[in-house]
Amino acid sequence: MATKYDWPSAADRSVIGSRFARLDGPDKATGRAKYAYDRNPEGLLVGRLVTSPHANARITKIDASGAEKMKGVRGVVLIQDIGDEVQWVGAEIAAIAADTEEIARDAVTKFKVEYEVLTHLVKEQDLDKAGNRVAPGQEKDEGDPAKALAEADVTHEGFYGVETITHCCLEPHGNTVHWKGEKDITVWASTQAVGRIGADLAKNLSADPSLPKVSPSDIHVITPVMGGGFGSKFNIDSWGIAAAKLSRMTGRPVKIMLDRDEELKVAGGRPSYYGKVKVGAKKDGTLTVFDVESWSTSGVGRGGNPALPYVVVPPNQRIRHVNVATNTGPARAWRAPRHPQCAVITHGALTDLAAKLDIDPIEFFKKNADLTQSPDVYRTELDKAAELIDWKAKYHKPGEGSGHMRRGLGVSIHTWGGRPHDSECRVIIEPDGAVSAELGSQDLGSGTRTVIAMVLAESVGLPVSRVNVKIGDSKYPPSGASGGSTTVGGVSSSTRRAAVNAVEKLKANVAEDLGASSPDEIEAKGGFLQLKSNPKKRIEWAKACRKLGTETISEMGSQPDRDGGKLADSGVGGVQVADVSVDMETGIIKMNKMVAVQDCGLIIDLKLAESQVYGAMIMGICSALWEERVYDQMTGDYLNADMEFYKLAGVGDIGELVVHMMTGVYDDRGVIGLGEPPAISPMAAISNAVFNAIGARVSTVPLTPDRVLAALDKKGGMA
Amino acid sequence: MSSKKPTENPQDTQQPNGFSRRTFIQGVGVGSGAAGALLTPSEAEAALGDVVGPGAVSMTLKINGRNHTLEAEPRVTLLDALRNRLDMTGAKKVCDRATCGACTVMVDGEAVYACTMLAIEAQGREIRTIEGLSANDPVPRSFVKNDAQQCGFCTPGFVMACQSFLEHNPNPSQADVEAGLSGNICRCGTYVGVRMAALDAAKEVKGERRGY
Repeated sequence: MATKYDWPSAADRSVIGSRFARLDGPDKATGRAKYAYDRNPEGLLVGRLVTSPHANARITKIDASGAEKMKGVRGVVLIQDIGDEVQWVGAEIAAIAADTEEIARDAVTKFKVEYEVLTHLVKEQDLDKAGNRVAPGQEKDEGDPAKALAEADVTHEGFYGVETITHCCLEPHGNTVHWKGEKDITVWASTQAVGRIGADLAKNLSADPSLPKVSPSDIHVITPVMGGGFGSKFNIDSWGIAAAKLSRMTGRPVKIMLDRDEELKVAGGRPSYYGKVKVGAKKDGTLTVFDVESWSTSGVGRGGNPALPYVVVPPNQRIRHVNVATNTGPARAWRAPRHPQCAVITHGALTDLAAKLDIDPIEFFKKNADLTQSPDVYRTELDKAAELIDWKAKYHKPGEGSGHMRRGLGVSIHTWGGRPHDSECRVIIEPDGAVSAELGSQDLGSGTRTVIAMVLAESVGLPVSRVNVKIGDSKYPPSGASGGSTTVGGVSSSTRRAAVNAVEKLKANVAEDLGASSPDEIEAKGGFLQLKSNPKKRIEWAKACRKLGTETISEMGSQPDRDGGKLADSGVGGVQVADVSVDMETGIIKMNKMVAVQDCGLIIDLKLAESQVYGAMIMGICSALWEERVYDQMTGDYLNADMEFYKLAGVGDIGELVVHMMTGVYDDRGVIGLGEPPAISPMAAISNAVFNAIGARVSTVPLTPDRVLAALDKKGGMA
Repeated sequence: MSSKKPTENPQDTQQPNGFSRRTFIQGVGVGSGAAGALLTPSEAEAALGDVVGPGAVSMTLKINGRNHTLEAEPRVTLLDALRNRLDMTGAKKVCDRATCGACTVMVDGEAVYACTMLAIEAQGREIRTIEGLSANDPVPRSFVKNDAQQCGFCTPGFVMACQSFLEHNPNPSQADVEAGLSGNICRCGTYVGVRMAALDAAKEVKGERRGY
């Protein structure tokens, strides 16, 4: 049913769907943008953490005196106490605030902790060595998998895995906190959840009876920009609570940002996934059965259910998943939790099965598109991706080729929800013509601020340069946390509704002047309020606003709004194909080209949407080729908690990237989130391209040279 | 023992404040450690006159053409001096060990990782930071236009690396850009935009006067 809030039709859009440069771009590109790490309020103290050197230990003694008596040390708070267990290297034990960073670092070395060291497990790759650390997880049966495997024309068995990777946000986790009065706390937070940090901090502080009681509304959270989260920055965390306590103790603002090694050890972690897979198909390529015994670690805690089989779901399935508790940094959500890993396991097995069937993998996925939720979407996108990478000309059977450089193509498909989160927006129109939208949302670098401005501008009929967006502050109306690709739908909907409501008020104010019997006869377009039936009868925006006199229009818009129509949706598909070259002598993989075809409903800013996809592909290249958290079972230590040995791609490592957004096709669905979907397929597509290049399956991602050479050895060398 | 004249090895160049890397190492090395073992007692004694610290000392840094005087311990890096003493927070602290480039500034016309140069070493040298660029300058403008940034935390370092690169390589190919900017890491994945921004900005930076 049509409502007044509906998105304008393609012909009526002047801003939405265009390529608009991000609004905070100039501040970021000149270093003016102030992140939590950049806040230096008057009297600032710098805090550092004391952390555990052991993977599993009980604290037997704490002696803070050496640190406390140092000149310049202003406060010490314990995060763990005597008798507590620390269950991974890097676990936070105490925080120290000092006049300077140098003094705080020195003080950490004077803070003495003694431990009773306990046994640890930090590696889960070999399930047989996990012993009593294994806990049952999902068990699922559909159809008759045993019978289906027995009756399949062709079957394949293989092992596929993805190592744990860590978020490595460039702005580490942390906050600058100033507890000024009993009920007056300011938190400059590096967070994905401006609206959640206050409640999280208040709840944690209330656990300490020595502190005054504070409510979430006593806590002012400020995050105009933040330096990367990717799913890992939703909570205040122990270091944020410690900063607040230290600020209370000293009366001064306290900044605690994690060191790089701490960031990698305790503030990130995407669970590993490993699976022993059996698949079967009919001769014509129809997939009939998927059987997997899988395992995963999320640290000492329990992980969720795997998303297996991924996207392509045959009628017969057997899923046996277990979780392994390891003494490693706890898992945090990562773009599209579980999906990227499960894409590797599923689409790796399906690509290997297609090879046995002697069917081109693109044809195999098209053939089995009926086993997905959106057969037509995937068929169309598979064709488009194949076209853009010149699949037909370049594809060869796995392992075909000669010489030491071998080229190959691989494909993966993915899905994600991306429903809109709850969001409230206030749009204010002032007598001087100023228009602003206020939302307690945040811009993670995804372009939220710019998208809101574009929706507002479109809805009030002004250029983007004439509207203001105020976000990243908890004093604005609440908006959901930015996770799960839920932000763009949420804020676009609430902004649209608030803007339409506000403009309606303005229309009512000028209806008489324009000779309109009702505001519905008026439209806001091109900087004017004008009669729909006779656009020449119009009044300039600023002049219309002047008629407000001393009144200010302030209107709210909400997502969800049961009576407000449907402005956002969930559920997208995407296809990615990769073209790689593999050096058979060194095992080094080079990216030649990668293509992403992605739908996400109505796109607000095409430029920023493409940036999201490019970014996801590049992150995916990092995790496909290099990223892995490496622990040492002997010591329990995390060996590569730095950026030399925790490797990320550089500007020369990515090859040619092509993004094709399915614009125009799904506009009627409304706005759908884009943060997760394109981050899912890169590892699987690249892994499958390497299989195609060398004719051997490199079972575990990242596809490091040693693993490539081992796979070649197993296959019998270069032949 | 250190010459007033520039030597072949810039690391051994005597700085106007009377401090050099060589004398610093000697100072640290007196009496202990591997560096100390390299010195004879008389050499170490001779070096003592140049020792500063360990407490805070006054130093003057010439940043974007203006002198700034600050108090900091000799162990404070140029990055920490900029961020923590002068509130110039454009250069970011990410890896703090010369891997990621987020702290890139220019010193005497060369891109430098500010996390790996001591502030005291930077005295008497021309330091250029991101604060010296405006949004209308070619490199920042190209970064905005080509959306070469997402969260933006690596961006100031990338912009400074790009500025230095283009001042030395006015006509780069894409391959040149990929090699020249390989010392910077982005986590959001903005390299497609960075490549385009660098090539775009090259057209405008060309012919501009080097340095201040």
